[in-house]
Amino acid sequence: MEGVLKQNSTKEFFTGLYREHRAAITAGDYPALTIQRDNAIRRFEESGFPTTKLEAWKNTDLKESFSKEYDIVLEPEQGVDVQKVFRCNIPHLDTAIMGQLNGWYVSKDVPLMELGNGIIMGSLAEALKKYPALIEAHLGKYADSNTDAFTALNTAFFRDGVFIYVPDNVKSPKPVQIINVIHHDRNLFLQSRNLIVLGKNSRLSLVHCDDSYNHQPSFSNVVTEIYLGEHASLDHYKLQNLNNASTLISSVYFQMDTAAQLESHYISLNGGLLRNNVRQRFNGPHGDTKIYGIYLMDARQHIDNQVFIDHAFPDCTSGELFKGILDEHSSGVFNGHVLVERNAVRTNAYQSNKNILLTETAKVNSKPFLEIYNDDVKCSHGSTTGQLDQDAMYYLRQRGIGEESARMLLMYAYADEVISKIAIDPLRLRIEDMVKKRLQGELQICEACVLHCNTPEQPMEFVIDMTKL
Amino acid sequence: MLLSIKNLHASINGKEILKGITLDVNQGEVHAIMGPNGTGKSTLASVIAGREVFDVTAGEVIYKGKNLLKLAVEERAREGIFLGFQYPVEIPGVSITNFMRTAVNEIRKYKGLDPLGGGAFLKLMEEKKKLVELTSNLANRSVNEGFSGGEKKKNEIFQMAMLEPTLAILDETDSGLDIDALRVVANGVNKLRTKDNAFMVITHYQRLLDYIVPDFVHVLFEGRIVKSGTKELALELEEKGYDWIRKEQEGKGIAG
Ligand SMILES: Nc1ncnc2c1ncn2[C@@H]1O[C@H](COP(=O)(O)OP(=O)(O)OP(=O)(O)O)[C@@H](O)[C@H]1O
Ligand SMILES: [Mg+2]
Repeated sequence: MEGVLKQNSTKEFFTGLYREHRAAITAGDYPALTIQRDNAIRRFEESGFPTTKLEAWKNTDLKESFSKEYDIVLEPEQGVDVQKVFRCNIPHLDTAIMGQLNGWYVSKDVPLMELGNGIIMGSLAEALKKYPALIEAHLGKYADSNTDAFTALNTAFFRDGVFIYVPDNVKSPKPVQIINVIHHDRNLFLQSRNLIVLGKNSRLSLVHCDDSYNHQPSFSNVVTEIYLGEHASLDHYKLQNLNNASTLISSVYFQMDTAAQLESHYISLNGGLLRNNVRQRFNGPHGDTKIYGIYLMDARQHIDNQVFIDHAFPDCTSGELFKGILDEHSSGVFNGHVLVERNAVRTNAYQSNKNILLTETAKVNSKPFLEIYNDDVKCSHGSTTGQLDQDAMYYLRQRGIGEESARMLLMYAYADEVISKIAIDPLRLRIEDMVKKRLQGELQICEACVLHCNTPEQPMEFVIDMTKL
Repeated sequence: MLLSIKNLHASINGKEILKGITLDVNQGEVHAIMGPNGTGKSTLASVIAGREVFDVTAGEVIYKGKNLLKLAVEERAREGIFLGFQYPVEIPGVSITNFMRTAVNEIRKYKGLDPLGGGAFLKLMEEKKKLVELTSNLANRSVNEGFSGGEKKKNEIFQMAMLEPTLAILDETDSGLDIDALRVVANGVNKLRTKDNAFMVITHYQRLLDYIVPDFVHVLFEGRIVKSGTKELALELEEKGYDWIRKEQEGKGIAG
């Protein structure tokens, strides 16, 4: 442990910590990375942590998250029993599954694998040593440390994370799953960095899970950069199932070259404060992006989805569909921003955010926004907030279905529009189950539930039997 | 007696729609309810079904010896009341199969029966689908979503067949049906008729009553049943329209 972030600590704590540990933090860097870090900490020093005075943070208050004390760990824990942490539930831990514990890459033996088809996957820290040129070509090129304080802080401090490289023309035969587990007996503040590079004409399905195994508070500031080369295709899943005491600031930066294809799914089932910062840029024509989101919040949970799409080139298509169910005192934010630049003619873009508020105390702030600088575009956006359809409720109840079951059926049906987009069958089944269990809420007895899970006996964790994928 | 309605008054947003309905329905009977648009036929059906937006301001409804008005919508349904909707609701994302499985099992649970297993349930579905000639691809879709008007009505009869109600109220189930579908729907109803259940059939067309022969025909007019008779009354209405009834009522109004 290198530092303890005190309650309501300020930026000075981090800048001081950086200065003190700079040598250790930058030890594995290529020279340009250290320069990036130094610049980033300077930018962070100028801006500090965002407050609700900023437009982008107006409806997401970090005060409560910062009212806790956190340990900051700059070196990996020694002697982690991987088998124990991952409960041996995950088959093939060294192949298709990549484990991360408290932000650090963990494996039974090799920290970085090179597969026969040229795919490289494993620890980013390890990859920095082995493939600095490959990493230098991408790392920090897409993430915005200039205006995003959390990204800047992450750039300064990150030590490890996941690295995946798919060479040109290689199609990954099976999906890759990253399971990032937070499990510690102290409150943790962690900052990991992931880099995923898809070469030309390559293809990957990536399932990225954030899970917590206990009720300890944590604060994660995770940055992921994903590069898609020409005609590359990525099917991306971000699953979040963290405890109610956790804060997760996740920033994912997608850079898409000519005719690249992206489908990204954000499935947020649980978490104290979740902020998904999704930034995608078309860096060539004919790209195609679909981003789906489903979030189910209750208690005092808060979810904030910030989606920015930069149509910088002509003939690209983007679509966003985010749907939420907010119960009790939970709150949600959706900020969709599609920028269509002057030369981005024949752009096709739509944005949709729908919310169901189950109580008077749940609230949502939804702002889909189009910024268009040319005439030759087809764009639409929409946002709805409402209650469950009362006519449908009546119809279901008239058939003998009780009010609680009818609500569940309707909520599930509403979520299903997004869930049904999941292309990996066993993953979809698993998510269906998890969403059903999530909607069940206090109704824990499966037999009494009307949603008919595929696997009622399974606990609610993102442990997916990869042998079936 | 299965259902006994006495002097029922109901209103919505302070506007009185039902203005004193009295009607008795015995087991084994079919009652046809006719009347001009907007006179309260669907409202009567909704009030019996228990739709909460209507306020019952006076009168009573006794069903199987119980005060029906005290029961929630789903309790009435579990007690055997079924409403075939004039405008069936589309429910995207809820499959007909899961919908019916849930309904059947919640009703069974209410009656103290074990839930139907997957196999037994599917067998029941197949059997009832045949009864109303519902195609499989329709049954696999979301409830009423994208169904044509006629398909929605067929789906109502299918659900009725699945739930085997004691009192079925069919609100204009014949509207929008082609001749063949009308026959299918009517046959479905006739096959489900027993000496123990009863039907209230709301319709605008005498044609349906050629297939589903009613024991009684009632005319609902401005919130009241102003005429009751046998199936010949329907023929008379078909021939003369509602004008004579209106005139009769106005005459009464002046007289009263
Ligand atoms: N939700 C509502 N809000 C306001 N008025 C209503 C509502 N539902 C029904 N009404 C009114 O109640 C009256 C009776 O309507 P109802 O639907 O019962 O008529 P109906 O006899 O079934 O007519 P139709 O033959 O056209 O189906 C109408 O004037 C209608 O406008
Ligand atoms: Mg009507």
